[in-house]
Amino acid sequence: MNDVVGTGAARVGGLDRVTGRQAYVADIPLDDVLHVKLVTLPVARARIGPIDDSAACAVPGVRLVMSAKDLPDPMPRFGPQRRDRPVIATGETTYHGDPVAAVAADTKDAAEQAAELVKVEYEELPAAPTLEAALAADAPLVQDPSLRPDDPHADTNVLHEHRHAWGDVDGATADVVVEGTYRFPMVTQFAIEPHAFMAAPDGVGVAVWSAIQHPNWLQRVIAELLQLPLARVRIHAPDPGGAFGGKQHAKYEPLLAFMALATGRPVRLVLTLAETFQAVRRGAAQVHVRTGFQRDGTLVFRDVEANYQIGAYADIADRTVAKGSYTSMGPYRTPSARIVARSVLSHTVPSTAFRGFGNPQQIWAVESNMNEAARTLGIDPLELRLRNLAEPGDEFIPGDTPADGDWAVAVRRAAEMIDWSTPPTPGRGRGIAVGLKSGPTTGLSYSTVRLLVDGSVVVYAGTSDMGQGARTIFAQIAADELGAPLPWVTVVSGDTAVVPYDQQTSASRSSVFMGTAVLRACHDIQAKVRSMAARLEGVGEEQVTVERGEVHIGDRALAIHDVVKRGLGRLGGEIIGVGEMRKDAEPDHPLGGTAAFYEFNCTAVEVEVDRETGDISIPRYVTVSDVGKALNPLQVRGQDEGAAVMGLGHTLMEHYIWDDQGRIRNLGAIDYRIPTSMDLPAEMESDIVENADGPGPYGSKGMSEGALLPVSPAVAAAVTDATGVVIRDLPMSPERVWQALQELEAGEVSR
Amino acid sequence: MTMRVEVTVNGRQRSVDIEPHHTLLEMLRDDLALTGTKECCLVGECGACTVIVDGESVDSCLMLGVEASGAAITTVEGLAAGDRLDPLQEAFLETGAAQCGFCIPGQLVSARALLHGVPHPTRAEIEEGLAGNLCRCAGYEQIMEAVELAAKRGAAAREPHSSRVATDVASIPDAQVAPQ
Repeated sequence: MNDVVGTGAARVGGLDRVTGRQAYVADIPLDDVLHVKLVTLPVARARIGPIDDSAACAVPGVRLVMSAKDLPDPMPRFGPQRRDRPVIATGETTYHGDPVAAVAADTKDAAEQAAELVKVEYEELPAAPTLEAALAADAPLVQDPSLRPDDPHADTNVLHEHRHAWGDVDGATADVVVEGTYRFPMVTQFAIEPHAFMAAPDGVGVAVWSAIQHPNWLQRVIAELLQLPLARVRIHAPDPGGAFGGKQHAKYEPLLAFMALATGRPVRLVLTLAETFQAVRRGAAQVHVRTGFQRDGTLVFRDVEANYQIGAYADIADRTVAKGSYTSMGPYRTPSARIVARSVLSHTVPSTAFRGFGNPQQIWAVESNMNEAARTLGIDPLELRLRNLAEPGDEFIPGDTPADGDWAVAVRRAAEMIDWSTPPTPGRGRGIAVGLKSGPTTGLSYSTVRLLVDGSVVVYAGTSDMGQGARTIFAQIAADELGAPLPWVTVVSGDTAVVPYDQQTSASRSSVFMGTAVLRACHDIQAKVRSMAARLEGVGEEQVTVERGEVHIGDRALAIHDVVKRGLGRLGGEIIGVGEMRKDAEPDHPLGGTAAFYEFNCTAVEVEVDRETGDISIPRYVTVSDVGKALNPLQVRGQDEGAAVMGLGHTLMEHYIWDDQGRIRNLGAIDYRIPTSMDLPAEMESDIVENADGPGPYGSKGMSEGALLPVSPAVAAAVTDATGVVIRDLPMSPERVWQALQELEAGEVSR
Repeated sequence: MTMRVEVTVNGRQRSVDIEPHHTLLEMLRDDLALTGTKECCLVGECGACTVIVDGESVDSCLMLGVEASGAAITTVEGLAAGDRLDPLQEAFLETGAAQCGFCIPGQLVSARALLHGVPHPTRAEIEEGLAGNLCRCAGYEQIMEAVELAAKRGAAAREPHSSRVATDVASIPDAQVAPQ
């Protein structure tokens, strides 16, 4: 009997990754391909005047210069939440980097040269590049009200206001109220693979290649825009080279599809890293938190008002606001709660999904607030959390999925690992925080599994393997269920003409949703094998059981592949299984559905602060996630540590820098820093809690985002513990910490 | 006007006509179809395009193709010897160092160059040696462990393309190397 689930089985695709053979979109050769370069303006908001492409068209090898006038009128628009994004800017640009034209040429050189020669007349217009500017009474509108019919906020930059409440916040009486405003900056996904797209005429339809997380969603977008049947739109989705939410939804694929049809040739666009900064980012947020406690630390109420600065188009950002703010009470029992969260449009890069999906901003605020409350109340921050933490089965968010984990175990584990009960080395400070995220609220995944005559297996699963290792998990499941050695399992993904529908790769869903679909497809095969074995052995089906790769008849155990080989007979063939996992929408729920599971993590850190420079170093770092069941502990560790380091990025160093006109001043890797191997904690330990209490295969839960959620508040608390300064703005750059230290000292002197 | 460049890539003599302003990265990817070397920041900050030129690790986005004339270049495709993986490649697989994999060619090549100069690096030396190779999946811990593991196994003893006949990695049959 196989037992590879739960082991650190080698990554499917690992060999290709270490030999350089893994083909990402930019590596795929297409004959006769044209190279595309975007034309953008050096301003955020401008009225687009006449575009003179004569010089560009004169460059040898240039085949097409496309701008709004070359596209259907009215301009086709698309977007996962609202159809507000034009295929290419029309009338006005709305952010720095909004493309106004695109050139296609035989060579990259020609495309680049021609793009510089496209002459665009424009008039710069007043922009609203900050939250304050966007919310001002006389703010220029980011979206024309005609794009927002029947929308009461259409004459403002508030795209949507989300409200959720229970209990009676205004009537609640608390002994202590702790209040603060916390800011989270704009940061970018910075996948090491810059976004890359290709499109080509394909028979009477179109083929699109994209490093996309949601191939089926993209298929729908392209089909709608080109008015083609789905079956005539083929999406090739090679493994993305990192995505982190930034590759969920269509960006320039529609433009490329129109260009391919206009030229009759394949077209390829590989963004520069700088251009990816102008394509995707996380929403910034300003979150005001007011929390009431009894003197013993029991939570009485929490009142949260959050303004998320999304960008020029909705993309999926408004959903990140809804979902991120919804869990503002964290994993705590909160008798009274009120959440008001606004999606605020601005003349900035459209924000989108990014690991944590709106939660890291909110958790930065509420968990920092928890740590400030612990100091105000004089209660240990660990104790304060344990006192309020929901227990398994508690309906801690009324009307939603009850607590599905024993979260106190993770909290205590993290505390033990960082030696919470003994004081840190002098000069160091400690901090702790927790993060909770609602998992997917709906979902639909299909898988087809083929058990071939020799016992080898082909699994079709439309999840995008962007580094999380989804295919490895599916192969492990199929290997165990069908009794095939792991190397005998092939997982096929990334082609909508071949692989069945999957709703999306996001929200840490794939092990649970697609994993279950794969498991059910294997069960479907097992049922057929059972009938086959009964027929072959001349026994009733009730006497046959099939599980974990073996057929049992009485005391006898037969290998599945032996039964199948005999059963399929001289013609051979195969057994095909189909599996489906569905979680339907619940229209009355504020998010359209309850949480399939919760991700929960507790992070504890020890820091040292250089008082001369404000530099924070992290000698010890502990992260503990409740994962239900680790299907592949090696990959679980990679996800937790990776999420932690990514969290250290927005905690310590990352942020966009803008000028007054809304231009990004730090486009690219020199001026926008992400963590390197020199920025790691000196000691990093990750651990997991496994109680098999998740809805996924073998009790698993999704887990790829949890460890990012509480990084910032844990580090900030440790900085306060070490120095006394309270920082409420991210990132905690040396400059900001140094400034805070100076202010603290000045304050102490003046007292 | 193109210029003729003669180079040894992964032990194999290559002759290629390139535009004089094209980088070594463009030459490798576009003219020699060695797409294992990746393009990301183009300013020498991310390390995705790292290759070894005459024994030194180089950001191939910062070097012109013509500057490599006469040089011996090792790319990720040249780390394995036929069906035998470099100990670094084996270690990366074992520790789970590769997630999305996009930075991995650069990490491996940098690590190869590091071990060539410092056969038994300390953890700090590894962190410093690979500091120019960004990973956003941030499997740095598992990457560092892989380099430590490979060094412990004497990976440094192995020089890329010493006296052996080079095999294009594209010709390695999957099944002979490791199960997928």
